[in-house]
This record gives sequence, C-alpha cells and structure tokens, in this order.
Amino acid sequence: MSLFLEQLLNGLQFGMMLFLMASGLTLVVGIMNFINLAHGTLYMAGAFLAVTFQLLTGNYLLALGLGIAATALLGLLIEVLVAQPLYKRDHLDQVLCTFGIILFLNELARMIWGSAPLRMDVPKVLDGSVDIAGIGYPSYRLAIIAVSAAVAIGLHLVITRTRLGMLIRAGAADRTMIVGLGVNIQLLYALVFAAGAALAALAGILAAPIFTVQTGMGDHILILTLVVIVIGGIGSVHGALVAALLVGVIDTVGRVTLPAGFGNVLIYLLMAMILFWRPRGLFPAHG
Amino acid sequence: MAETSLPLETTPAPGAGAGPRINGLVVGLACLALLVSVPFIAGALGDAFYVRVVTRIMIFAIMAISLDLVLGFGGMVCFGHAMFVGAAAYVVGIAGFHASSGDPLVLAGLQIPGSTNAFVVWPLAIATSALLALVFGAIALRTSGLYFIMITLAFAQMLYFVAVSAQTYGGVDGLTLDTVPTLGPIDTGNRQQLYWVVLVALVAVLLLCRRIVNSRFGLVLRASRFNETRLSAVGVAPYRYRLAAFVIAGAIAGVAGVLLASSQAFVSPADMSWLRSGELIVMVVLGGMATLYGPIIGAFFYLLAEFGLGHVTEHWQVVMGPLLVLVVLFGKGGLAGLVPAAWRGGAR
Repeated sequence: MSLFLEQLLNGLQFGMMLFLMASGLTLVVGIMNFINLAHGTLYMAGAFLAVTFQLLTGNYLLALGLGIAATALLGLLIEVLVAQPLYKRDHLDQVLCTFGIILFLNELARMIWGSAPLRMDVPKVLDGSVDIAGIGYPSYRLAIIAVSAAVAIGLHLVITRTRLGMLIRAGAADRTMIVGLGVNIQLLYALVFAAGAALAALAGILAAPIFTVQTGMGDHILILTLVVIVIGGIGSVHGALVAALLVGVIDTVGRVTLPAGFGNVLIYLLMAMILFWRPRGLFPAHG
Repeated sequence: MAETSLPLETTPAPGAGAGPRINGLVVGLACLALLVSVPFIAGALGDAFYVRVVTRIMIFAIMAISLDLVLGFGGMVCFGHAMFVGAAAYVVGIAGFHASSGDPLVLAGLQIPGSTNAFVVWPLAIATSALLALVFGAIALRTSGLYFIMITLAFAQMLYFVAVSAQTYGGVDGLTLDTVPTLGPIDTGNRQQLYWVVLVALVAVLLLCRRIVNSRFGLVLRASRFNETRLSAVGVAPYRYRLAAFVIAGAIAGVAGVLLASSQAFVSPADMSWLRSGELIVMVVLGGMATLYGPIIGAFFYLLAEFGLGHVTEHWQVVMGPLLVLVVLFGKGGLAGLVPAAWRGGAR
C-alpha cells in the first residue's frame, strides 16, 4: 500500500510537471495553429541555463529566475525568426523547421556543455523528506507539486479573470474572429510563445535535480507533452491539466505495477483509444 | 561521392518537348551506372568503406521512397514511419537470435524455430510491417491533419517502448545479429554481395513506385491530397486508397528494414525512434516531395552531409539544423525542384 501511495505521489508530481509543459504548448498549438516540436528543447535549455547560473551565482532561486528569463528570451527569438514566417504555412513545414531547431539546439548544447550529464543540486531547505501516512517522501518532489499547483491556479486566474486571458481563450476558440476584431495578434502570439517557453523552462529546471541534465533530455518529454495536449484537447488549458495528471499517474503507476512491455505503452494506447472515440480530445477548445 | 552531384548539375531544359524525357532517362541510367561502378571503384581504391556508406544510403533511400508514397503523393504526414522499418528489422533480428541460440520462440503456445533463411525470414518480416501498417493505418486514417501526425507518432512510440522493454532481445541496447540471413547462395553479411542486393531492391522499389504513382490508383491517391471533397463528389472514397497506400508504404519500409538489419548486423530501438522518423521526413522534403527521384536525392544528400560534415566536425547537426530551416522557409520543392520536370515522375 505504501508503495502504491508513493507511486501515486510520483505520478502526481510527474503529471504536474507535464502540465507545466503542456499548458504552454497547448496554447501555442491551439492559438497559433503552430506545431512546436522545439518545446522539449526549451525544457532542456531551461535546465542547462539554470545549472550554469547556479554554478555562477551559487543561488538556487536566482538560477531559477535567470534560467526562466533566459529561456523566455530564447523562445521569443525562435518566435520572431522561425515561427512567425510559418504561422500561415502547413503543418509539415512547421514540423520540419522546429525539428531543425531541435537538431541545432541539441548539438549546440553538446558543444557548450559536453555529452556528460550534469547534476543540479536540490536547495538545502528541500533536501530532506516529509512523513506522509507512514512513508518518507522527498520534500523536493512535494515542492514541485506545490509550485506547479500554484502555477496552475495562477494560469487559471489569468485565463478566466483577465483581459489577456479573454483574448487567449478567444484566440483558441476562433482565431479568425479575433484578428477581425482588431486585436494586436502579433503581440499576443509573441507573448503566448514566450510564456510557453518560460513554463517549459520552469518544468526543465524543476526536473533537473530528479533527472540528469543532458542533451536530448527534452526529446522524450516532448512526446509525452504532445500526448497530453492531444488527450486534453488542443487549446484547452483545463484539458491539459486533466490529461497531464491522467498521463502522469497512469504512466508512473503502470510502469511499476504492469509487466514492462505493457506498462510503457499504456498511455499511447490510451491516446489512440481517446482519439478513436473522441477525435478532438477530452475537452475540445474549438467550437 | 559523385552520385548526388550528377543530377544536380544537369540544367533544366526550358521549353524542350521530348528533350527532357530522354535527358531524364540518360541521367537516370548514368546514376545507375555510377552506383554499379561503386564497388569496383572502391575495390580499386582498396577502401571498402565507400561500399558500406553507399549501401546504407541506398537503404535509407528505400525508406524515403516508401515514406514519400504516403507523405508526398498521399499528403499524409506520417511521423512514425521508422516503426515499419524497425519492426521488419526486429523480425529478422529475433529470427536470427533464436536460430543461433537453438531455442524456439514460444508465441501463444506455438513453438516457432529461428531461421536465417532470407526466403523465409524476409517475407515474414515484410508481411509483419505491412500488417502493422494495416492495423495502425486503419485507426490513424480516421483522423487527419495535426491529429494524424500525433497518432502515428504515438503508435511509433508504442512500438519503440515495446522494443526497449524486450529484455530478451537486448532492450534499449539493441540486438546484435550473430548470423545475418542468407539469400540462397548470397550471404547478406558479405558487404559486396549485400551491395548488389540493396541496389537491385532500390531499382525494383523505384520502378514499382513509378508504376503505382502513374496508375489509376496513384491518380486517386494524388487527387485525395489536393481535394478530398471533390474526390468524394465524383464517387471515390479516399479512405481505402489511402489505407492501401499506407500498407504498401509499410511493406516497402519493411524491405528497407530487412536490408538494414543485414547491413548493420544489429537492430536497436533507435532504428524506430521518432528522431529517425523525423530524419526520414527531412530526407523526403529536402529531396522533393511527391517526386520519384526526390527521396533518393534527399537520402543521399542527408547522409552524405552526415558523413561529410561528420568528418569535419562531430557537431554536424549544428549546420544541418539551420540548413533545414532555411530550405523549408525559402526553398519550396526541395532539391528535386532543381532537376528537369519530365523525369521527376508524377505530377506535383
């Protein structure tokens, strides 16, 4: 039972991290109709930059902040240089260009930081464990859940209560109409893209002490993120939350409880089934 | 190394009527002659490395041609094509594994002995790929656009993780083939002999695809890419045609898979990773979508760039990545756009 509880918490923590990734990507895909495969690379960039800033400053929080800011800038750069000319092109072109960015940034990271995995230290305060129902659970992982939950609530408030959120929802529901209403769509796009990059960086930095920081670390998480946004319904942040938790828990618990060949493929089966029955995901954002 | 430069050097003959067609045939035959001469040149140079390189490139060209059938002519952005290659390669690997260990494969109560007879293993492997394509295609083709990309990606990942978790067959490290299949008197483990097998396969696949694309079936397939509604209006349901194309492409990818298994004497999950599928798309688009020769040119270009730039710097992808972005942003039509229209085969 305690093992199950621990895995459930791990699943929750992994799901929340997936949500950080998916919330940004689902908006980019939903609003701009742009498939950004480089989203996983931004996750990697965040982790690498934060490790470097931590080495330079010795301060975790400073490294976190700088890492996020630098990745958001990188995201903005990608938006202006590559994404903007591609918004009106077909999906294949977008896939190819962002695939090119993956090749480029993965290799660039290898040139700068080498192939050996780097470690990022857990901040001292969170280095222990907390007793939950008889099991000692790492407090760092709990902190990840808490931070992600705070971000989720923050996103919810921004999206449902602010003017910006209204524009984002409108953009996801009907892109053409929002352009017709004279909204500065270019600014909105850039903002959403940079915010998505920042969230991906946050996920990467939070994950850094748990997994190792190395090139290609974003490739696998990207696929899982795509699964999440497809299950949740493209463009829906709420759908992304539900799907991320679903995928996080099912993947983590499935790997532990089921035979290896089956536990690994469970979420892909889930996605295929959901697409089969509900081709637009659980919470379709488009009308 | 001159194979790719040849078709690029021929300048399009503007306005020529029958000229380009003859020109195309000549260039095609010249390329074939070059490919035929590779083992002899390599033999004269005493460097078998080139035989291996060109063998690998031709195998990737077969993969790219099969993907182009789906992606280019059919307009279906399949982001998991490497799974059909990997599946066939694994069938060869697993059959070889059981042949050398002596234990039969027990599957659903059946005892299946291993084999390294290509006449048995290869058709089985190719049929496996085709069957996978039939099952996955039947589901995936219910969706379209973005969702089709995602679902093909998901299926490929499924297969990838099945391979990763198959500890008996090497798991994530892959499976080394102690003995590769023999094709009657031909030993596919022999570099020279494999080269000829691969070259024959490439030419056969190219001719087959040419027939398919120019047939009535190919016409429907190409039409479905442009206007599905209109196609339905004239009484043709594109689903069955697309599925058939998907299965044919899966089988051809299977051909590439069995050849890959022999050429590497090794199969690993990396052979069906999504990055590999992405590379295949890059080859097709770089070479020129919905053209017959384009994927071959793309495969040559991509892999020669890998080998060539890989010699200069191990970080060759730093060059390839931005190059890819530039080609997509500014160069519509790919490399095949640079060669005469008449022998590109199939209409754009």
